Amino acid sequence: MRWTYAARRTNPVLKVENLSVSFVTRMGTNKAVDDISFTVETGKITAIIGESGSGKSVACYSLLGLIPRPPGRIDGGRALFHGQDLLQLKPAELRKIRGRDIAMVFQDPMTCLNPYMTVGKQLMEPLLYHKKVSHAQARTRALELLEEVGIRDPASTIDNYPHQFSGGMRQRVMIAMALINEPELLIADEPTTALDVTIQAQILQLLAALQRKRDIGILFISHDLAVVADIADQIVVMQQGKIVETGNRDDIFRNAQHPYTQKLLQAIPRGGKAVELPASEPLVTVRNLCTSFQSGKTVVKAVDDVSFEVLRGEVLGLVGESGSGKSTIGRSLLRLVPVTSGQVHFDGTDVTALQGRELKNLRRRMQFIFQDPFASLNPRMTVYDTLAEPLLLHGIESRKTVGAHVLRLMDDVGLARAFVRKYPHEFSGGQRQRIAIGRALATRPDFVVADEPVSALDVTIQAQILELMRELGREYGLTMLFISHDLSVVRQLADRIIVLHKGKIVEQARTEDLFERPQQTYTRQLLQSIPGRAMAS
Amino acid sequence: MGAEMITDIAQAEQGTSLWRDAWLRLRRNRMAVLGLAILSCFVIVAILTPWIAPYGYAQQELALGATPPSTTHWLGTDIYGRDLLTQIMYGGRISLAVGFIATSVALLIGITWGAVAGYAGGKVDAVMMRLVDILYALPFMIFIVLLMVVFGRNMLLLFLAIGAVEWLTMARIMRSQVQSLRQQEFVEAAISLGLSPATIIRRHLIPNALGPIIVYTTLTIPSVMLLEAFLSFLGLGVQPPQTSWGLLISYGAETMEEYPWLLIFPGLALVLTLFSLNFLGDGLRDALDVRGAKD
Amino acid sequence: MWRFIGFRVLQSIPVLLVVITVTFFLVRMAPGGPFSSEKAVIPEVKAALEAQYRLNLPMFEQYTAYLGDLAQGDLGPSFKYPGRSVNELIAAGFPVTAELGFYALLVAITIGGIAGVVASLRPNSAQDYIPMSVAMIGICVPSLLMGPILILIFGIYLEWLPVSGWGDMPGDKILPAITLGSTYAAYIARLGRAGMLEVMSQDYIRTARAKGLPEWQVVTRHALRGGMIPVVAFLGPAFAGLLSGSFVVETIFQIPGLGRIYVQAAFNRDYTVILGATVFLATLIVVFNLLSDILAAWMNPRLRSQYGGH
Repeated sequence: MRWTYAARRTNPVLKVENLSVSFVTRMGTNKAVDDISFTVETGKITAIIGESGSGKSVACYSLLGLIPRPPGRIDGGRALFHGQDLLQLKPAELRKIRGRDIAMVFQDPMTCLNPYMTVGKQLMEPLLYHKKVSHAQARTRALELLEEVGIRDPASTIDNYPHQFSGGMRQRVMIAMALINEPELLIADEPTTALDVTIQAQILQLLAALQRKRDIGILFISHDLAVVADIADQIVVMQQGKIVETGNRDDIFRNAQHPYTQKLLQAIPRGGKAVELPASEPLVTVRNLCTSFQSGKTVVKAVDDVSFEVLRGEVLGLVGESGSGKSTIGRSLLRLVPVTSGQVHFDGTDVTALQGRELKNLRRRMQFIFQDPFASLNPRMTVYDTLAEPLLLHGIESRKTVGAHVLRLMDDVGLARAFVRKYPHEFSGGQRQRIAIGRALATRPDFVVADEPVSALDVTIQAQILELMRELGREYGLTMLFISHDLSVVRQLADRIIVLHKGKIVEQARTEDLFERPQQTYTRQLLQSIPGRAMAS
Repeated sequence: MGAEMITDIAQAEQGTSLWRDAWLRLRRNRMAVLGLAILSCFVIVAILTPWIAPYGYAQQELALGATPPSTTHWLGTDIYGRDLLTQIMYGGRISLAVGFIATSVALLIGITWGAVAGYAGGKVDAVMMRLVDILYALPFMIFIVLLMVVFGRNMLLLFLAIGAVEWLTMARIMRSQVQSLRQQEFVEAAISLGLSPATIIRRHLIPNALGPIIVYTTLTIPSVMLLEAFLSFLGLGVQPPQTSWGLLISYGAETMEEYPWLLIFPGLALVLTLFSLNFLGDGLRDALDVRGAKD
Repeated sequence: MWRFIGFRVLQSIPVLLVVITVTFFLVRMAPGGPFSSEKAVIPEVKAALEAQYRLNLPMFEQYTAYLGDLAQGDLGPSFKYPGRSVNELIAAGFPVTAELGFYALLVAITIGGIAGVVASLRPNSAQDYIPMSVAMIGICVPSLLMGPILILIFGIYLEWLPVSGWGDMPGDKILPAITLGSTYAAYIARLGRAGMLEVMSQDYIRTARAKGLPEWQVVTRHALRGGMIPVVAFLGPAFAGLLSGSFVVETIFQIPGLGRIYVQAAFNRDYTVILGATVFLATLIVVFNLLSDILAAWMNPRLRSQYGGH
């Protein structure tokens, strides 16, 4: 049996006109998608860019009847695919197109595969359902595709369950599953967002290669302009349900018209901070730090013999992918996880040996900013309580005087004073991170560890928070350890960068040196994986 | 300048706490509100019974015998001519007392056990929870029957025995709460601020673990009351001269062919209470957004 | 998987030993000997009886001797029915209880399972509210009330079904099975609904829909397995509940099962029967807990491979 790639071609493969979708709830009607039009051409990639809540996913899901109705409601518009209006099709007719002519790849490969079914069965399912093929033919085809998407030794892994694959491998399986019926259009919803940067780069390359080979159209949904910079042909920018700008890639990157697009472009981290590195003595010295965890019967070495120094007044970037041990190092410095061996000296004292009052005094001088502002604030405490707690604890203010100090802190981190009695759930992610930063700076610490402080935020918010941290760092005279998986974010803030891989230091250099003259293969690999290189050139 | 800032705080817009949020959501749930109302009624009546019961507890008119509901005896009388409403009110005191007291016993043991295991972690946790696992596998219901047989039908023992059975799930819930809260970043943040463990438990752990405990308590009471009814029905629980709804139902079942009201009214009292508690529990679970507390 | 099974089997052995030991000493601690309530017995006869029941031995030797008998499957003689062994009494009563329990479980799983799945398919619609309201009734009307009410309606007023007995008249097994099964049907319906709702909100269900599978295949092929795991895990505790629930149901419907024997022994203070029946029931319950845990673990491939092998 020969597999021919989709023969009947129409161009554009998908033409969406004036699509409007709303959600009807008890609280009222919410227009999620408001009169948008775009096209996807054969052999081209159209990217829809927008932050959370922009309606980009709702728009694409509603094309295939994948939004729950009610509360979802399609208010109008057309979506022409082969001259058929997808929005007018009956559910049964739409099902025949789904998975056969139009396929999807989703964001999180960890949850998108059925954990109770082998990968092979799931892979063959669309083929067996949509086409008249035998079980054996389907299996052969599944094996071919697994090979093509880069799964090693498909013959022995095809009968494994999803949990036996890594995140990147699962996403390859998802892609294979989407392509098994040779669809004409592929909708990819943030397919690399949940992955590490080097894996992200591989998956993007794979998608582009498969697309060129098959000459199909791809609708690529993302929150990140940089990610689509290398692969998209057309870019559609959405904000609050509306399209604010459409154009081909070069137009968007060189000549963006709409202020929101310009804002998104500015939010893409690029370039570094002005080098102003005064020679100074170390504030924190780490020697032969090891931290291991017991996981079942095996001992996992999260941090393996790491030594470095943080100089007074500098921002030191700590970069690595998941599992590199970067967060564990940050937590070890503040004694939030027990240190297995090694020393951490802070301003001359060994932190690992401190107890009781001395430890408490140290904690006044060292603070932590966490990744997830939704988890790092006690949901049952008001902003006032959260910010007052460290001030009262360390005797910086009395109950009578603490109010004024709390308000000053709110001014510093850019929160309106009127919010002081509000609870965390009443704030947006960016505002919450401001509260968390305020709490960390309340005691005027000398040293702050910031663990991925912006990675849970939308891109434009990221830029604001980074700017805030830069300002406050200067104002408060902070020394900072800035932990991130994202080299381009670290570049904006850090004076020096340490690259970690599997618990060990791979490379350590001044920021500009690292970017211009990386010494190690792994560092080069990381640098090449930074999305948006095409745009920079 | 300081004074001016203080007024700023006083004038600041009041936020909505999660508790208030939950209360507003609960109020929208009609069944839960109804349950709360019925339950409050029953509890008030049970407390006031000695003063408001229409007849004396022991008062009987043998000559009257069993009579259907009438204006003098609203719910009728039993075969000894005792007022059924009075009987149900006094029985309710015991049934509700068993429900609340045995649940308190379960709460006390379960929360302490679970909190210690969850906070200590490591080997202590492993040993403590393995014990809970083992106890889970025991046929407790049969053990309570056995206890009642062996030690006679002692009320205090009944409370303790039922409480001792029901704490297991409470311990598991408390432990998983403490464990998941301990890993929350806001607890780490509290540690890195330098707060003492006692303060962390008081200010950061307990207020956040309270939701599931409230929900599960509401759902434990009905299962405890059922257990009492079950034992009393078999004649192994509450003994005359005391009475409970389970006992009244068992008497009613014996004579239901001739005097169905003797079965129906005590049954109704029990079912209404169970309904109220279950609806209130479900409502609280949705309002406090507690997942997997029952089911 | 085999390691998991082996581990769980090994874990059950101490549980059983604890059950046997606790039960044995509890029963022996009971106030009053077996014959103390009887009229004055001739001392020689009493001595002979005590020897027969090993009451003349020190407590610990009684215990080890009992364990020895147990190992051979001998539960000893009955106190109250001289000449009958506990084994005989259990052998007479258990088949009846087992049959009752089987029908009740059948009622619970079929009605509860179907109601749960049906309700989960259209949450917050009539298709959800109606079965769930019925389930709420099932939970709030305990068997001790459900039984008499069913008898009153179907036995006495409508005269459709017999109100007591077991296997004596056609249809006399229907009411007991429904009475015993109703509570568990209700729990299974709620568990099944919650499990299915949880699974149906998972991302992989969206993947299945994106493949173009019709909704019934999405449910049967992708959702059912994960959704039913909580139900399977509940079967162990449900079985324990059914056994103790049969005490009440057998009393209401006058069924000569193990439950009635147990309750009568409780009233007669027939300690050897109580001891033997408790040990027997406890063993059954432990075994069923084990089976339902193993089945639930086997249904989850992650757990299966975590314990090595296939």
